[in-house]
Amino acid sequence: MTDEVVAVDGLNFRFGRVKVISDVSFSVCEGDFLGLIGPNGSGKTTLLKLILGIYSFNQGSIKLFGEDIGAFKKWSAIGYVPQKATNIDEAFPATVREVTGMGLLSEKRFPKSFSKDDMDRIKLSMETVEMGDFSEKRIGELSGGQQQRVFIARAIVSNPKILFLDEPTTGVDQESQKRFYGLLSRLNRDGITIVLVSHDVGRITKYATKIASLNQRLDFYGTHAEFCAWDAKHHHQNEQTHRICLHRG
Amino acid sequence: MPNTTIKTSKPIGYAYIEDKMFYEMLTYGFMQKAFITGSVIAIACSLLGVFLVLRKYALIGDGLAHISFGGVAFGLLFSLMPFFSALAFALIGSIGIIKLRENARLHGDTAIGIVGHASLGLGIFIVSMARGFNVDILSYLFGSILAIKTAEVFMSVLLAAIVILLIILFYHDLFSLTFDEQSAKTSGINANFLNTVIITLTAITVVSSMNVVGLMLASSLIILPAASSLQLRQSFKKTLFFSALIAVFCVNTGLILSFIHDWAPSGTIVVVNTLVFLSLLFARSIIS
Repeated sequence: MTDEVVAVDGLNFRFGRVKVISDVSFSVCEGDFLGLIGPNGSGKTTLLKLILGIYSFNQGSIKLFGEDIGAFKKWSAIGYVPQKATNIDEAFPATVREVTGMGLLSEKRFPKSFSKDDMDRIKLSMETVEMGDFSEKRIGELSGGQQQRVFIARAIVSNPKILFLDEPTTGVDQESQKRFYGLLSRLNRDGITIVLVSHDVGRITKYATKIASLNQRLDFYGTHAEFCAWDAKHHHQNEQTHRICLHRG
Repeated sequence: MPNTTIKTSKPIGYAYIEDKMFYEMLTYGFMQKAFITGSVIAIACSLLGVFLVLRKYALIGDGLAHISFGGVAFGLLFSLMPFFSALAFALIGSIGIIKLRENARLHGDTAIGIVGHASLGLGIFIVSMARGFNVDILSYLFGSILAIKTAEVFMSVLLAAIVILLIILFYHDLFSLTFDEQSAKTSGINANFLNTVIITLTAITVVSSMNVVGLMLASSLIILPAASSLQLRQSFKKTLFFSALIAVFCVNTGLILSFIHDWAPSGTIVVVNTLVFLSLLFARSIIS
């Protein structure tokens, strides 16, 4: 398929003797908003790090934009918001502008420097996430929700084709979460493919167009409607999921 | 060192004499060397220090100083220039730390401790066997910036300048790696290579600062100006700038005070650095 952005095939991964990922295969297509769900310790974050090349895997294959992950070089097409991104040192001396600018490094060659055009892109990215007025504030001075938006700005500044987010709303208040998911939906409508890892099944099933349920193995992969049917048939992971599925269905 | 004749003239007009002493001090070749070497090394240490302190690798300088001690003893034993033998030990030791961390799956601090203490032990063993260069080795342990040789000035300045240049060239990648290593990797940044660059630069910097503050206090030039600058709560670039500014101020103030009062330069430099840090810490606690 030409619009296949991520292709995972027969993936297996162990931490020492402990098997974390077992025979996982799935693909993410252009324009998808994939919610990757599963209980704590199910391997969601590990799977994301394998896809991003942070961990090396034991068996199987991962392709990004049709290219094997080992040979993949076009990192500017990838945006990544890591888990506990908001758990940063309050005293870290980095401004919103400086953090956002990091997202451009993937497309720079040694010795790296920013042009006037780059500065404009950084400004635009900050404005997209409504953080333009905070450009000279230190990241540690911001609330959890604001910090999260800065990390989105960093992830989208290089105009990526796909955005990976790992538990992005942990420790963020309800109102900020709502704004945050609204922002993700807007970015998805603008054409950015999104892979969102979360244990917040209720919230993720409300926004994602496709769901993947992982528990070492891939228990389910399909559209939101298929997930609701599957979930109702097998088991309700929790009451909240059920309610939201009914609401959207 | 301070002129005792001038010191005893204090009752005649202390301010005038102090002023005269200051200008005289600047005419001494050994003090000019000390100011130049001290300032360049201060900039290298303080820039590198910001990255190391924020990455919680602040004490790596101590470990590399221990490794360098073995190199100094080795150099003295075989009549080599201790600066170069210490540099060779520090560079080999830094590679040893990286390999131990990667292959033996040890934590970074454990690897630093093992390699550092092994080299320190070797150094002490050599010193106890040789029984002839205890005085020499003290100057490397506690610094001898006022007796520094021209060749060592040249090497220290050259190495420190290389460190500063590499920090400037790798600035963006080092900043990204310091902020968030995993995100840096997804930006295509080679984290392993940069970690090797950082530890190698630290090894070079520690050996370069050996003549300024001595191996015992080498890591103080890395840690204290960076820690002081971080109290100012600025952007990353400004933090680097203020760290370098504070370091240069402290080294030169320490040198001037040690000249005037006949104090040990290395200790004075570290005390001045500590006082600046405490002042900024106190000021910040009042403001916030």
